[in-house]
Amino acid sequence: MMQQKRRFPLGTSILTVIVILGLIPMVIRYLYGLGAVSNLSDGRPWGFWISFDLYCGVALAAGGFTLAGWVYLFNQKKYHAVARPAILTAFLGYTLVILALLIDLGQPWYIWHAIIYWNVHSPLFEVAVCVMTYTVVLALEFSPAVFEGLSKSNLPVVRRFNWQIPLRIIRAIQIPLVIAGVVLSTLHQSSLGSMLLMMPETLHPLWYTPILPILFLTSAIAVGPAMVIFETTLSSKVFGHKLPLDILSGLGRAIPYILGIYLLLKLTDLTATGEIGLIFSAYPQNLLWWGEIIIGVILPIFLFSMPSVRQSRSGVFWSAVLVVIGLMFNRFNVSMLALAMRPGFTYFPHWMEIAISAALVADALLVIWLAYRFLPIAQHESITEVTAP
Amino acid sequence: MGKAVLCDATKCIGCRACQVACKQWNGLPAVTTTNTGSYENPPKMDAYTFTKINFTELEDNGRFRWVFNKLQCMHCEHPACVEACIVGALEKRPDGPVTYDDRKCIGCRYCQVACPFGIPNFEWDKPMPWIRKCTFCADRQGAGLKPACVTTCPTGALEFGERDALISEAHRRIAAEPGKYVDHVYGEKEVGGTSWLYLSPVPFEKLGFPALGPVPVTVNVARAMGAVPPVLLGVAAAMAGIYWLTKRRQKPSQAEADEKEKARLTK
Repeated sequence: MMQQKRRFPLGTSILTVIVILGLIPMVIRYLYGLGAVSNLSDGRPWGFWISFDLYCGVALAAGGFTLAGWVYLFNQKKYHAVARPAILTAFLGYTLVILALLIDLGQPWYIWHAIIYWNVHSPLFEVAVCVMTYTVVLALEFSPAVFEGLSKSNLPVVRRFNWQIPLRIIRAIQIPLVIAGVVLSTLHQSSLGSMLLMMPETLHPLWYTPILPILFLTSAIAVGPAMVIFETTLSSKVFGHKLPLDILSGLGRAIPYILGIYLLLKLTDLTATGEIGLIFSAYPQNLLWWGEIIIGVILPIFLFSMPSVRQSRSGVFWSAVLVVIGLMFNRFNVSMLALAMRPGFTYFPHWMEIAISAALVADALLVIWLAYRFLPIAQHESITEVTAP
Repeated sequence: MGKAVLCDATKCIGCRACQVACKQWNGLPAVTTTNTGSYENPPKMDAYTFTKINFTELEDNGRFRWVFNKLQCMHCEHPACVEACIVGALEKRPDGPVTYDDRKCIGCRYCQVACPFGIPNFEWDKPMPWIRKCTFCADRQGAGLKPACVTTCPTGALEFGERDALISEAHRRIAAEPGKYVDHVYGEKEVGGTSWLYLSPVPFEKLGFPALGPVPVTVNVARAMGAVPPVLLGVAAAMAGIYWLTKRRQKPSQAEADEKEKARLTK
């Protein structure tokens, strides 16, 4: 135990420094306004925070609903061991989105207006409702880990409560919770695409299509397992417990099918609208398009289809990394790089914008580290056998 | 039918009285600018400048030509900002103006991103910032007055009235002097129509007007949002169905296993 305690402080102290460095721009932002810490302008009202924290953050949290659905609804018990880490990272991802919005919104203290003033025609309202409700669902889905942790606590005060009662309640509503999670994620992932439908004149035709919501959902489903491979591989490196390879390669085997559907949808759509020629002619945007397609779609389809890659831990890991990078590339394209600015403006993220986002990510990593340290996340198989229906 | 303004660029002399009147009526501060080599000032609209005159310098038959046109919120018939606003702070009134209610706004800036004309602006320099844009002087209109810019315009380049009547008037002017105008009333059809209408002596692209189709930019969003209730119910039913199926398939196999176990034990 003592030895383990000494192994981590270097990583955690770096993360802590990043968090503290991020606090400075946050204070400046609340005292002097968004203009003081960002390069955002009337020509580029949404920048790095929306592209990275919101668009990438939500998509990379897709592991939560894909794995929960796969394990509990499709009854794939084999993957039970990775469902809980996936739900934890999804929950932290959504918390990060909310924290980022508290930075990015001009009037964050009025964020609750979204609850009392409804505009049901706005895709952003759909996004807000989904973020709020799904964060609660994820917290409940993850809560058994907390209750189990508490029931094993050494503190007599904590032990006095009967933690089996809330555990039993959550287990009773587990399946409805998972179904709610899948429904809300379906709506939420696609609604981020719906938001961009408002910009037919400014979003480049290589990306603008009425089926954007479907493309967003499909790519999110594909990145879900990739993200789970990515994070469980890293956490097993840090915490030293190995996950069976057949779980990782099993997750990897699903990815080419989903990415294949995604690629087919994209190409069919471009062909149907007669815009397929743009992938060669629309320089320089076509380079961005090829970048995201090659890195995030074509390469992973080939790699994950090769048994030799699936039989190697590093093969599965790096192929998953490609999917994650490709998806982030795509989200940056649709929400920033391929979205035209008002004439006469330029934008490159201010270092303080990036510092704030880095601090939020470091926050999440610290919480993950604490959770692995004190809660039954990775080796909870024996305890929660009953939860698997 | 709603109110509208017809802006005839051939009558505008670039005096910028409308800019001053707008600042006065809305209590907007002056903005410090630097010389950009043009009479046009300020160079861009911002949260403190709701309207400005564009000075376009053109070469016409080898001679210098100046064309002036006024920029401000177009007050669309199907406004993207109204559809986009998460809290419904922006509203299209039946009499024309697209109004903004800062008691609802949370500062998300989706309206800025959504607007096809790039109009709503944000108070980037304030710790408690709002969206600001032309109000079409909804307050003055409510009192039976014309917008401040129209009232102050000395040449009659701005004409305030019923939208239908102004569209007919615009086409009458084009028909009467076809050499003077291009045959295009900007705002009659663009993105489903706007409350500000324009006549120009040169093609609108030369004045920097965005080339927009007649379809409101909100149609695809409306379709996607209409699909939300059926998708919600459909996915919920499908997932419940899948759970029921996998559960059912599991039971017989469980029974089979029990049977085998029993057989093994009794042997």
